[in-house]
Amino acid sequence: MEPILEVKDLKTYFITKDSTAKAVDGVSFSVMPGETFGLVGESGCGKSATCRSILQLIHKPGRTVGGEVIYKGQNILDMPPAELRKIRGSEIGMIFQEPMTSLNPVLKIKEQIFENLKDKNLTKQQKHDRAIELLKLVGIPTPETRLDEYIHQYSGGMRQRAMIAIALAAEPKVLLADEPTTALDVTIQDQIIKLLGKLKTQLGMSIILITHDLGVVAQMCDYVAVMYAGHIVEKADTNTLLTAPRHPYTYGLIRSIPTGLEGSKKLESIEGMPPDLNNMPEGCPFAPRCKFKGELCTKVRPEMRKLGNGHEVACHYTEKLEGVSGLQSSEKKV
Amino acid sequence: MRQFNYILKRLLHMIPVLFCVTILIFLMIRLIPGSPAEIMLGDKATPEKIAILEEKMGLNEPLIVQYGLFLKQIVTLDFGDSITYARPVLELIQPKIMVTVGLVISTTIFVLLLSFPLGYLAGSKHGTPLDSGIKTGALIVISLPQFWVGTLFLLLFGLKLHWFPVGGWGDTFLEHAHSLILPGLTGALTTSALTIRNLRSNVIDVVNSDYVDFARSKGLTEKRIKNRHIIRNSMISTVTLLSLRIANMLGGSIVIETVFSLPGLGKLLVDSIFARDYAVVQTVVLMLALIVLIVNLITDVAYSMLDPRVRLE
Repeated sequence: MEPILEVKDLKTYFITKDSTAKAVDGVSFSVMPGETFGLVGESGCGKSATCRSILQLIHKPGRTVGGEVIYKGQNILDMPPAELRKIRGSEIGMIFQEPMTSLNPVLKIKEQIFENLKDKNLTKQQKHDRAIELLKLVGIPTPETRLDEYIHQYSGGMRQRAMIAIALAAEPKVLLADEPTTALDVTIQDQIIKLLGKLKTQLGMSIILITHDLGVVAQMCDYVAVMYAGHIVEKADTNTLLTAPRHPYTYGLIRSIPTGLEGSKKLESIEGMPPDLNNMPEGCPFAPRCKFKGELCTKVRPEMRKLGNGHEVACHYTEKLEGVSGLQSSEKKV
Repeated sequence: MRQFNYILKRLLHMIPVLFCVTILIFLMIRLIPGSPAEIMLGDKATPEKIAILEEKMGLNEPLIVQYGLFLKQIVTLDFGDSITYARPVLELIQPKIMVTVGLVISTTIFVLLLSFPLGYLAGSKHGTPLDSGIKTGALIVISLPQFWVGTLFLLLFGLKLHWFPVGGWGDTFLEHAHSLILPGLTGALTTSALTIRNLRSNVIDVVNSDYVDFARSKGLTEKRIKNRHIIRNSMISTVTLLSLRIANMLGGSIVIETVFSLPGLGKLLVDSIFARDYAVVQTVVLMLALIVLIVNLITDVAYSMLDPRVRLE
């Protein structure tokens, strides 16, 4: 099967007079039709910048300086603005982290849905019906009255549902979801994840899910890439990644999830801080924090190595993690 | 209907505010040393003559009686006679209110014309030479005294180019409008400098906001993003600032009315204060307070139309 979206060696830098922050530095991955692809990492690792680069929504002084984003055989990054606009929304849609600030406070929800409808030639009544249909689809009760309201009149979970409805109005084939559950409390989080899962199957979309929450990944993603300091350090199907991680960073992340099964055991954490993106160390960016580091790590940047079954890892000494287990399968669904 | 009820409620609220204004202005004007009789009679007045005139003018009555008389005048809409002009105050004020209100309207129009395009341009071209140019220009303009700018305008556009009258108010509506252009522009410069800077920073915030990114991710054209998502959101706080400045314009109208020889309220008010013309001062201040209150009400209604988060209650 052909991937629906392919990101190749993407580089997005934030260039100022004094420094260059390499927020995304040579990121590659591909997303299959109907697949949920997870992009995981801690704050500032470049996962949002990767996501925004795909639709060219990077703010100055950020700039995509290299690489390709191939959608249906065309490189999005080379497109003139008019072509890019046709991709945005109706081919690749996006939802953001904080619906309260991502929806226009002075426009009614229906106006924000109408302007994103795929079919631009609908009559007023048809638009109205379609908007009601969309609100029903995302599980908003009494859509008839909700259509005429503003975002501040919605509750937290409803706001995220409304944003999803607006993005879905254009019927995208790929949905970029940039931390869609981070601003929500846990019960609502679960509802939104389930909703996204349901919509994906129902509408046959692919989803690129940006998150820092491995629990969300376990629940929703088919395939995962772990990002660290602007690089992808490990890629694998969700099960493999969570149960048999082969990068020390992934391993550390997994060991730091509370599973509720540790008893009185202290939770592990990854010592140290991520490197300064303006001033990256030579060699592996994770080396200063790595428990498994060896001689090569501070000198040579590790390339992605294929371990088979689509599992790839950027680590010189990945063998050291062989046989080390991540989450036990009984712990996986937390 | 809700809007109508709200406006009615606000109009009723004005009564206690205006009542407080009457007390303040009544006491303040009487706290200034020198009685009207003394000033009317001039330097050579003897104490006897002053006493006789004060008796005649009712200034010997207790303050509370005088205040009661003032309130009665307000309720009956007969504001008494001016001592300097020897005419009913209302008759005196009526044509002058038109001039001052006209000046404020003209100033506001120029503020809108200047600040909205320039503020938007500076904000959307944030960090470019154009932005710095507009910002610096605004800073320079804000530090220029109005009487000086007004005089320069008169010299250039009035005396040299003959595009506008050098002074006066004219007789027809068109003449009025024509003679209000230069004064309006002069008054608008200071306020525009403020609103341009305010709008500029609002635009910068809105352009970088998540909802504009979300709108862009929908594939909307830049024109549509600008018209539907940027402009209205940027305007909200600028409208409030503008309404506050309108109260200021009323107070500041005296300078511009003097420079352009406009027969407005500002000049009348200052003359009347010097002459201790109590009836005129009281009425003019009351009128100005009423205009400020009405402008505030209009702002609040406009604000609620721009921003649905603001509820009229």
